[in-house]
Amino acid sequence: MNELDIAEVRSGFPALEMKVYGKPVVYLDSAATSLKPIRVINAISDYYSTINSNVHRGSYRFSQMSSDAFDQVRHQVKSFINALKWEEIVFTGGTTESINTVANGLSALLKPGDEILISEMEHHSNMVPWQFLAKRTGASLRFISVDQNGNLDWESFLSLLNSNTKILAITQTSNVLGTNNPVKKMAALAHEFGTLVLIDGAQGIVHGNVDVQDLDCDFYCFSAHKMYGPMGVGVLYGKKEKLEMLQPLNYGGGMIDQVTLNHTSLKSIPQRLEAGTPNVSGVIGLGAAIDFLNDIGWDQIQSLEQNLSEYMLQKLIGLGFVNIFGDSSEKAPIYSIFIEGVHAYDLGTLLDKFGIACRTGFHCTQVLHEKAGLNGTLRASLAFYNTKEEIDIFADALVKTRQMLL
Amino acid sequence: MSIQEIEKEVIEEFEMFDDWMDKYNYIIDLGKKLKPVDLQFKTENNLVTGCQSNVWLHATLENGKVHFQADSDALIPKGIVAILLRVLSGHSPDELLKADMGFIKAIGLEEHLSPNRANGLLSMVERMKKIALSFKAQQN
Repeated sequence: MNELDIAEVRSGFPALEMKVYGKPVVYLDSAATSLKPIRVINAISDYYSTINSNVHRGSYRFSQMSSDAFDQVRHQVKSFINALKWEEIVFTGGTTESINTVANGLSALLKPGDEILISEMEHHSNMVPWQFLAKRTGASLRFISVDQNGNLDWESFLSLLNSNTKILAITQTSNVLGTNNPVKKMAALAHEFGTLVLIDGAQGIVHGNVDVQDLDCDFYCFSAHKMYGPMGVGVLYGKKEKLEMLQPLNYGGGMIDQVTLNHTSLKSIPQRLEAGTPNVSGVIGLGAAIDFLNDIGWDQIQSLEQNLSEYMLQKLIGLGFVNIFGDSSEKAPIYSIFIEGVHAYDLGTLLDKFGIACRTGFHCTQVLHEKAGLNGTLRASLAFYNTKEEIDIFADALVKTRQMLL
Repeated sequence: MSIQEIEKEVIEEFEMFDDWMDKYNYIIDLGKKLKPVDLQFKTENNLVTGCQSNVWLHATLENGKVHFQADSDALIPKGIVAILLRVLSGHSPDELLKADMGFIKAIGLEEHLSPNRANGLLSMVERMKKIALSFKAQQN
């Protein structure tokens, strides 16, 4: 695609034409889930209207076509994140299931005295599975501190990493602060201690090119729905030998080799970790989302998002009464804010009446908020389809709602 | 006045608002004016937690009538709490148990009482009914 015509891009997202309370919707919740381009919607709808059939089991034409389309996306994902082998791509229900597959899969390998290292800025999805793994195995859970600006405390990371650290699970990009963590550097250091490295890429996957070989992580987890694909499907990338270490989360059809009354032998990776009928239409939608992203290109997406992000930052600073939670430089276009004397719930309730879709509360990071003494924030997150006019509407609405609430 | 009569009165008041801003300004004003709950009653037991805002509820039974005091850390829930107290406080447990709370929908605030809102209000209404039930059991 040449120089991007934003009006044309927007016309490809049907939900942007929606009105709420008679006003055009201002969608500032893309970090929760992105809107879906029409070509993704059509890919899913076409699948169900045409070759819909279960994969890998049928001897008939449509089942073969369905299986081919499904397998094709596995290769597409492999290229998209530059994995070494297609076997390293496991389809899951989303980031949460990907992380749980790893946390559960390591149950037999951890013991008392072992340590699991995560950070205070993790989403509950990359915190709670490790808490329960620690409880099950007797391992202890350690937290890397987050400093005032919303950056990881590097000293804290260095002091906590040791030869007992069996796994480091860290987010690439904070869903609240927008902070991009130096995950490549962290992975390299962790590997010196023989530590497995899992990266939560739920937010990271949508703002720039991801190269898992370059990051040299052992596991990388993401969801389709935050990267313009459908809900209910995600990916667990893992180095082949690391995926082979995992005991499956689910057992059932599709993952078995031979079954007798007393014994079942399992298929190899990745099918071993994909019991049951997969979300075929979702995977096909993910494939369409990858095509969509490839056609636009990261350069264009990043330049648009950067412009919008800078505009948002200037606008918020200009208001004079907005506090931004997380002011790391070069962060993702995610703005969690609070206003002195105003409760986030009230703010969100009133912004909704202006037709603005954003999010209030803890955003699944209660630990991070409580440490900062915040009883919630309002989060506005941007995607490249947003406009400066929408940011103006948001800023004006903040002024008006604040007047109402003070 | 009976609960139903008060509900009718509230519905009529809300019919006078032309737009959402008037309505919410009124609710916010009610929130600001709501008599604060005595600190001694802002206990863990009286706290109804929501992920986004919290509500405190304290109840007493005097001469067969249930009296509520309530508070919230956010203004809009607090304003809605004020309306709920106006309707429900000062009635017998039996009357409370019969109240269907339909007026919330009639005044267009049902979204705040949806289980998805995580603001503590729905749990507060449920707790009010439970309190009425336990007072009723005490009376018998």
